[in-house]
Amino acid sequence: MNMIENEVSFDLRKNTLRDLNQALHDLSKTPGAKYWRVRNPDGAHAIAAGIKAPVTVNVEGHVGYYCAGMNQLATVIVHGNAGVGVAENMMSGLVHVKGDASQAAGATAHGGTLIVNGNASARCGISMKGVDILVKGNIGHMSAFMGQAGSLVVLGNAGEALGDSIYEARLFIRGSVASLGADCIEKTMGDKDKAYLAEKLKAAGMAGEVDVAEFKRYGSARQLYNFHVDNAGAY
Amino acid sequence: MCGIVGLYLKDKSLEPELGSMLASMLCVMTDRGPDSAGFAIYGQGNPDQVKLSLRTALDFDVSRLETELADVSGGGPSVMKRATHTLLTIPASKEAAVRNAIAARYPQITVVGSGTRMEIFKEVGLPADVASRFDLAHMTGTHGIGHTRMATESAVTTDGAHPFSTGRDQCLVHNGSLSNHAGVRRMLKHEGLTFTTDNDSEVAAGYLSWRMQKGASLGEALKESLGDLDGFYTFVVGTESGFGVLRDPIACKPAVMAETERYVAFGSEYRALVNLPGVANAKVWEPEPSTPYFWESAA
Repeated sequence: MNMIENEVSFDLRKNTLRDLNQALHDLSKTPGAKYWRVRNPDGAHAIAAGIKAPVTVNVEGHVGYYCAGMNQLATVIVHGNAGVGVAENMMSGLVHVKGDASQAAGATAHGGTLIVNGNASARCGISMKGVDILVKGNIGHMSAFMGQAGSLVVLGNAGEALGDSIYEARLFIRGSVASLGADCIEKTMGDKDKAYLAEKLKAAGMAGEVDVAEFKRYGSARQLYNFHVDNAGAY
Repeated sequence: MCGIVGLYLKDKSLEPELGSMLASMLCVMTDRGPDSAGFAIYGQGNPDQVKLSLRTALDFDVSRLETELADVSGGGPSVMKRATHTLLTIPASKEAAVRNAIAARYPQITVVGSGTRMEIFKEVGLPADVASRFDLAHMTGTHGIGHTRMATESAVTTDGAHPFSTGRDQCLVHNGSLSNHAGVRRMLKHEGLTFTTDNDSEVAAGYLSWRMQKGASLGEALKESLGDLDGFYTFVVGTESGFGVLRDPIACKPAVMAETERYVAFGSEYRALVNLPGVANAKVWEPEPSTPYFWESAA
């Protein structure tokens, strides 16, 4: 661990992951350095998971599973690809993956922003509960499955069964959608929706970079919500 | 769980390092499968000869094998012992006769694979122990695949260790489980294939061998398996000149690939690839579900 002015640098070939995460967790009780640098992540799991402090962590390379999981307040930037479950259950803050993300990116996240510069694979935003996810590339199948709140903005294409069993998350896809999941439908894009999308793009640092008119909006048909007496015989 | 790795070299100057690179990849995947480990290496070969990979025993007397198989193998076979395995090199035309003789005279020996270039070694135990027992780090070749096993579908035995080979120079490692392996096994038996274990992954290997026997290329065989094999799988497959990867349509099992001008590498997790030369600047991506990936060199 080297102190360089206001930055703490951790080399995961020299220091343990447990020490890094403990030091980051300690910041919730005793505030310390604002800037952290993680060298040689080498695909390790759970890097920078569970931070609860307004700090910036730059991870210089590829990470394994559950990077920045449960994040609160922190900005975690991954300068590489991320494995399964990046920013899983994030509460607030920003997680920015400069490369591709694997499956279940932003799963169950309640808040904050997740940006993926490359592609995200299957089940991106599964059971999302308020997070704003922006993927500049494509997303895989079953994305936003059971999405409950928040937004998923995709500049590329979406795989099969987009928004299966979705509740109220708002999906904006610029490219093609292979197929829609149960109860997910295309919705009209009104001025309010365009303004909402523009706000999300701006928050992700992409104001003016893409035309909101190029996106289609998808969401819940709300047919799975309620018990229908007509179906009573089926139970 | 299980961990799988694969490495296909494009740069000949890396060939002396194949074993050490594969050993490092295999050992990193210990947390994904500490029950057993195995690997296949594609090394030098003579097209007129075939190498039989035999599981013998630590105290097995190979000189006896040399003498006793001379009558069926057209002279004394070349024999090399590595721990519990023995590599027998014989004229390709004598393979069936030698296999029959082994089955009749040495019921305790299992033939785990055969090929012009392929050699297979697998055992129960920690991947690092298995790799060092067979001295993987000093093996050379053009490509290889490896597996660390967490047993789910069948017992922790050497029989259940991967890779599985069901055709000459063909082998497969598998992460996942197949739900229709019993039915596919019955169909393949009807087609004349034989299986030596009750393992689902051997059925996957057999399926691909069967398709390739029927004239399919490796890529075509992988594509066809998507329609006939049901379950969770990531396959990494080796052939004499090629290397292929396939994930099921749901892509439940993890996979990551890296490609540079010098090699193509596969790992269940990126961690398996971190010690490869130049991986920091490699193209790294997650293979798409239902999409065969394969590389083949001119034979």
